[in-house]
Amino acid sequence: MFEYCANPDSLEGLTWLSCYLTTGKHLSFYTSFGTVLLLLAITAPVALAFGFGGAAMARSKVGPARLFGKSYISIVRGVPDIAFFMFFVIALDQGFEYLRHQAMCPDWDQPIRQGNDFVVCSAAKLPLSTSPQWIHEVYGFFLAVLTFAIVFGAFAANVIFGAMNSVPKAQIETAWAYGMTTRQTFWRIIVPQMWVYALPGLSNLWMVLIKATPLLFLLGVEDIVYWARELGGTKHARFTDYPHGDWRMWYFLALLVFYLAFTKVSEVVLDKLMKRLSLGQATAGGEALRRAAQ
Amino acid sequence: MKRLLGTAFALTLSSGVAFADTVRLGTEGAYAPWNFLNDNGEVAGFERDLGDELCKRAAVDCEWVTNDWDSIIPNLVSGNYDAIIAGMSITEDREKVIDFTQNYTPPDPSSYLALSADVDLAGAVVAAQATTIQAAFVAGQGWTVVEFATPEESVAAVRNGEADAVLADKSFLDPFVGQDGLVMLSRMEQIGGGVGMGFRKSDTELRAKFDKAIQSMKDDGSLNELIAKWDVATQF
Amino acid sequence: MSCMQTISDYGLRSIGIGERLLPTSDFTLCQQFTLIGSGMIWNIYFGVLALLAGFFLATAVALGKASANAWVRKPSQWFVFLFRGSPLFIQFFFAYFLFLTLRSEIAFFEPFTAAWLGATIVLFLNTSAYAGEIFYGALQSVPKGDTEAADAYGFSGFTKFRKITWPTMMRLAWPAYTNEAIFLFHATTLVFFSGFPAWKQQGDALYYASYFADKTFNPFIPYPILAGYFILLTLIVIGLFSLINRRLNRHLPQLSRPKIRYRPKLFR
Repeated sequence: MFEYCANPDSLEGLTWLSCYLTTGKHLSFYTSFGTVLLLLAITAPVALAFGFGGAAMARSKVGPARLFGKSYISIVRGVPDIAFFMFFVIALDQGFEYLRHQAMCPDWDQPIRQGNDFVVCSAAKLPLSTSPQWIHEVYGFFLAVLTFAIVFGAFAANVIFGAMNSVPKAQIETAWAYGMTTRQTFWRIIVPQMWVYALPGLSNLWMVLIKATPLLFLLGVEDIVYWARELGGTKHARFTDYPHGDWRMWYFLALLVFYLAFTKVSEVVLDKLMKRLSLGQATAGGEALRRAAQ
Repeated sequence: MKRLLGTAFALTLSSGVAFADTVRLGTEGAYAPWNFLNDNGEVAGFERDLGDELCKRAAVDCEWVTNDWDSIIPNLVSGNYDAIIAGMSITEDREKVIDFTQNYTPPDPSSYLALSADVDLAGAVVAAQATTIQAAFVAGQGWTVVEFATPEESVAAVRNGEADAVLADKSFLDPFVGQDGLVMLSRMEQIGGGVGMGFRKSDTELRAKFDKAIQSMKDDGSLNELIAKWDVATQF
Repeated sequence: MSCMQTISDYGLRSIGIGERLLPTSDFTLCQQFTLIGSGMIWNIYFGVLALLAGFFLATAVALGKASANAWVRKPSQWFVFLFRGSPLFIQFFFAYFLFLTLRSEIAFFEPFTAAWLGATIVLFLNTSAYAGEIFYGALQSVPKGDTEAADAYGFSGFTKFRKITWPTMMRLAWPAYTNEAIFLFHATTLVFFSGFPAWKQQGDALYYASYFADKTFNPFIPYPILAGYFILLTLIVIGLFSLINRRLNRHLPQLSRPKIRYRPKLFR
């Protein structure tokens, strides 16, 4: 990074530290904070969409859809997220490749499962094996987002399902009295009003999501925990210009500070949001909501 | 960050060899001196040098990918990369699932690291990385095994007195000798076989290419030079 | 080898009873079910112990947060913020490190680096913080009328708390507390995964699941088995907590009793 870093052996104190903290590896570490934030920013709306779909299905009039929605919610929430993370990425990847294989290579005569191997035609591979590395990384990131969204979508579905049921019955009955269809009632009456009820649950979910990110490395994303472990581990002089002992402590301390600060900021922002929403609802419901959010 | 187009890539292009599919090499990147990330965050070590040379000889473009050790085989058979080159010992269990090339290093013994040279292993607490052949070996001996998630932590356990000794590959433990009073016991165990590259069973053609390249490196002695340079095992 | 034989060999393997060696080849479904089930003993052990002990500290923390005395309130607030604001993953790391340092100084801390004690302490503190926040929220919503009526009847001090405030607080907090219990059981899978070492290959359900995934190179069997066990456990927890909920609300008319709904009202 800096000119004087060319010969790290001769450096001491702060100069050494400034070189050490700007190695390519450390830059990757700093970038991974961005990766985590980006993942959170993308996952939140996607999980919300999953949750909305799940909740809408769970209260559907159609039997199979209701069954699907309800079992999605209860199965995913009954299982520790870590158990999903251990095999979901590979399962999703194989699922996509299988579908593409069926669509793109109809005249393929070999079996897809050859013993333990999972073999699809090369046109169906995701990403194509000729694609550059960054495409592979984006695809891996996409799979991680999808896994997170599926798991947290179930939690969101539960919150939204509860919120939809919290919309006062009188409102719905009034809508019917005005001659609205079920569909119109859903989109014009329930959906616009439910957000106020869903927000406390959703903001808690956001906090859960933040604290699930240390498990990202299980999904093949090189996240902050991955780099903290890698950088903190003992480094021998043979393999690096900056040998040191077991420094994982310090790196994890940095992560701790990051998470605490992030939680604090989220709390403040969500608090403000909640206050503003409650202000608009100068009703008993808004008042109760304000109390419930504390 | 991992955009590591191997040197082989540049060479193939400049020498005008016919374009081949890119071969993706999967490694762990956390097992010095075999494979590790250097200060720039690139894959380096014995297997980086070896892999680049093998790709050159097999006339294929190679790309390096890092993957967690625990899921390195499931990701290979699932097709996320084409070969494993990660200090993986050739064992019977693994051969049921993937195919190996011939070994590129002779069997590397596993050795013990402890704070004193006269530890009685039978009554001692022996640390190992979880679900490794070493952990299974210690359990099989009827000793007390204590398993850690990473090799780093298993060595740290000896340093802080949680365990009396740690069992791991000798080449991994070598750099630790002398640090904080750690000594290597004279007793060694021959647990794993040699180390080879792993391929999908359905990928026989690619495996044959690399097998041939390894043979040619054995024949002209360049493999021994690499082994000596990184001090990973005994020579052939 | 019959499945019954496998169960008697490995059913209690996670606590060191039965076959010493884990199966190394020819893995059967029965072995996977038995060993992963055996590991659940640890998950239940951690969960139940932390929950029982955490209940009392949580009550204290909730009262502390509501206290007028800054010397009591501030530490309670910080305790809750620290444990709710950081991932459990990182809490385990620091706790293990702390216990290691302590034991090298004082012999008393010898057993603290083992999961059965060390991890239980971390989970206990963690759940106390979460439950403390829930109880605090409930304490704030105890109807003013209840306490005023208690004053009118001449209740005071501890009696008033025990007979009036506390039962109402429990009643209000119970649905959310049920969710906390479920999350806590899920969190126990992290103990051997990232925090504490496994001794003599005795670990929890996730430890054995990843053992099989590693040996068979097939993650699609052991992890779904693990998931199945946890769904069962979740159902049992919900069932037990509903019973207590019924008892807490037995004086209320049938229809106005709050039902236990599994809602992620809290964060981990």
